[in-house]
Amino acid sequence: MDEARPTWRAKIPDSGLRLMKSEYDVVVIGAGHNGLVTAAYLARAGRRVLVVEARKVVGGAAATEEIFPGYRFDIGASHAGLFRAEIQRELRLEEHGLELIESPMGALGLAEGKILRLWRDPEAAQQEIERHSSVDASRYRDFLAWVEDQASLLRGAQNQVPPELSPEGLFNNLPKLVPWLRLALRLRGRGRRAVTEFLRTIPISAEQLLDEWFESPLLKGTLASSGVEGTMQGPKASGTGLMLLYQATNGFPAPVRYPRGGTGALAAALVNAATERGAEIQTGERVEKILISDYRAHGVVLSNGQKIRCRAIASSADPRHTLLDLVGAQDLELRVMRRVRNIRFRGSTAKVNLALDGLPKFEGVQDVRELTGRILISPSTEYLERAYDDAKYRRWSRAPYLDMSIPTLLDDTRAPEGKHVLSVTVRYAPYQLEQRDWDKEREAFGDHVVSTIARYATDLPDLILHRQVITPLDYEREYGLPEGSIYHGQMALDQLLTMRPIPGFGRYRSPVEGLYFCGAGAHPGGGVTGLPGRNAARIIARDLRRR
Amino acid sequence: MPIPTPFHSRTSELNQTKEWREWSGYWSAATYQHTHEREYFAIRNSAALIDVSPLFKYDIVGPQAAAVVDRIVPRDITRCRIGQILYSPWCDDDGKVVDDGTVWRLAEDRFRVTAADASLRWFQDCGAGFEAEVVDVSHSIAALALQGPNARKILLELGGAEGLIDLPYYHLTQGEIGGAAVTITRTGYTGDLGYELWMDSADALEVWDRIVLAGADYGLLPAGLAALDVARIEAGLLLIEVDYISSLKALTESRKSSPFELGLGWTVALDAGEFVGRRALLDQAARGSEWSLVGLEVAWSDLDRLYAAFDLAPQVAGRASRDPAPVYVGQRQIGQATSMTFSPMLKTYLALATLERGYADLGQTVELEMTVEYQRTRVPARVSRKPFYDPPHKRS
Repeated sequence: MDEARPTWRAKIPDSGLRLMKSEYDVVVIGAGHNGLVTAAYLARAGRRVLVVEARKVVGGAAATEEIFPGYRFDIGASHAGLFRAEIQRELRLEEHGLELIESPMGALGLAEGKILRLWRDPEAAQQEIERHSSVDASRYRDFLAWVEDQASLLRGAQNQVPPELSPEGLFNNLPKLVPWLRLALRLRGRGRRAVTEFLRTIPISAEQLLDEWFESPLLKGTLASSGVEGTMQGPKASGTGLMLLYQATNGFPAPVRYPRGGTGALAAALVNAATERGAEIQTGERVEKILISDYRAHGVVLSNGQKIRCRAIASSADPRHTLLDLVGAQDLELRVMRRVRNIRFRGSTAKVNLALDGLPKFEGVQDVRELTGRILISPSTEYLERAYDDAKYRRWSRAPYLDMSIPTLLDDTRAPEGKHVLSVTVRYAPYQLEQRDWDKEREAFGDHVVSTIARYATDLPDLILHRQVITPLDYEREYGLPEGSIYHGQMALDQLLTMRPIPGFGRYRSPVEGLYFCGAGAHPGGGVTGLPGRNAARIIARDLRRR
Repeated sequence: MPIPTPFHSRTSELNQTKEWREWSGYWSAATYQHTHEREYFAIRNSAALIDVSPLFKYDIVGPQAAAVVDRIVPRDITRCRIGQILYSPWCDDDGKVVDDGTVWRLAEDRFRVTAADASLRWFQDCGAGFEAEVVDVSHSIAALALQGPNARKILLELGGAEGLIDLPYYHLTQGEIGGAAVTITRTGYTGDLGYELWMDSADALEVWDRIVLAGADYGLLPAGLAALDVARIEAGLLLIEVDYISSLKALTESRKSSPFELGLGWTVALDAGEFVGRRALLDQAARGSEWSLVGLEVAWSDLDRLYAAFDLAPQVAGRASRDPAPVYVGQRQIGQATSMTFSPMLKTYLALATLERGYADLGQTVELEMTVEYQRTRVPARVSRKPFYDPPHKRS
């Protein structure tokens, strides 16, 4: 992957050529989208910021790389539909080169002999659902309203730093709770039923939630798929309903927005926003160690041996790597070390990127626009659950849930004219396999994914010019995602809010003074939202002002 | 259901009272004879053999073994030479004592730690991130305490070990008894001259028999926990769950103790690198501790007077008591005594007590609650130096 080069124009000088200073206000570990958001906000607040990225490419798990000449593959996130508009606005990302191309399609659900076009336009979607079930069609608008209602509460929570729940009692923490009180009041203002409904929704399973509304297996399978995003759980598991809402915080069905040039173009725009304010980005250099003395983090050591002093460190690397490897268990309290060690990662996602000689013909598709959103193979909740069952016993799914996109339909910079990129997110691909290892399974797995798609698009195998298979093990080794966990720790109910990444440290301040979490391992969690980065920057800026 | 120790076939033959106590899951003789007094006097005047196999034992091995031990205990392990043993408590993140035991340096990269409670997980977690392994050898190693003024003579009779005659207090050597390899440590829980012998469990009976044979001319008796309890109070040695509660088992914060509060401040090396609890102890060292664990002595004449009021001669239990009793100054309760015993050597009544700092100075007079004829009464007691009994041969 050394030949990979960025496909955007970010102003990153070649690594090694520039001399870094030896002192900064803030060192940000990792130039994934969250690390860059933190860097951009802190630079905007007048702080001297250095971002250190181990890879030569910025973007982290939202990077775009030219793996095959002329074709730009998203190695992680296939689009940026969840990215928050307020960040886009505040950091003026359009001016810095970000162009989001939105699909009119939410999702295209595929089943044997059936197809469901879930347009973003509710009217059009309702008409389409009518073909599957008139009962479901009649309920669809109410469902959208209900989802928006619930998701808006979640949205409110995502923007906030989680409340501090300490044994000293609520009273001492009242000021910190004010934003949450507002949320609580908003909830109360909607009446008792709304409160009950929200509390009931938090632990519900995606399947249960959807069973209460709909009858069409294909509709439910298509909708339920977002409930198992980034988790090692099936749609029958508690908490998957909440994840479904999490994926709906920018609208429902979730918008599909491709940054022109690839998902990595978002990172490029963030780099531009940050460097414009004086932040420096060092790629191809790894942070080896976080320096601690007197229980305070005060600097980092890079892989080239250079020591950099700073007043604060914001790590967008996962919390386990940050604390156990970079800080070291020796410098942690025992109880903290135990908590960190017990974070559940359990990656279950793999990726297959295909360079195609032409557009595959998906059975039943009438209009090419139908293929511009997510193309889902998740024909029923039962199918999803069976796919998960395999993973539970450490096998990849024999009938996997596939989430595909063809960005080249809307973005001509991604492949030569007339050619296409098909990006497939595969679930479930458990990090731990019962037999063999991922390096030996890679090609068989890739074949299996292709043949699964070929059942819906028979000409696909003949169109493939190049295939890239990214296994959970690759995600760990190459992209620093622990156990291939794309969300830096499962987003299970017990690993959210004040309990993310570990109980008691949900407010971006890590157990080590001067060290902060700013990545997907912190509230609100994974996905290309930019929120952990933004919330963390707020806390760091506040702390720096105080000291 | 407790299980037998490797010495059980011998100890059960000798245990005339059939009185057993459960100690860390093992059957442990309380007294072998009808009264524990002969066993006690064997400890003090001749020699006693005590089965201490139930102690937990852990080996910490590897290039960074010293660093792991240094992280576990507040003492400065870099200063522990090979063959040396240190007594130490160890603490949790809040600087509260978890347990206490001995730390032996067997080699540059090899330590053994004895503990009262099961500690494998705790030690392993302390060792996370270090290149060293913690191995639980509790079951595979049997242990005997040979305590009393004749202990050395008995060991020499057995051929002993290299350097045994000069083996300093809190040091160890390797020897052989009846063909079995035995690690001999000059340690014990009696405050007397004494050794502890550590061997493979399979060799336990052979070693026992040899010692019993060699000790026949030196007044050697098997001793049980009742005698040991009296001796350890005289020696001023703490007992977990009696004189302090492990912070891992305490139900309330107030039941936990820091090393400073247990009179173990001397084990805390705040300037010698990081260890679990250091940050909290730095803070506590600056603030000073609220409590202090001290010795109390009750004069016989005061007991005499107290009981005379009830027309009785003083009646004190021959055995040590573990029933805590309040300690007062005036109307105010300023602490509690947790271990009490009549000392046959010193002819006074002794107690280990935790008192508020302001009342813990040597010579301070307090009042100890005693129940006489179903009535709660108080008897004067004085804060005194520990160990109460400290014979020169303990160290010589």
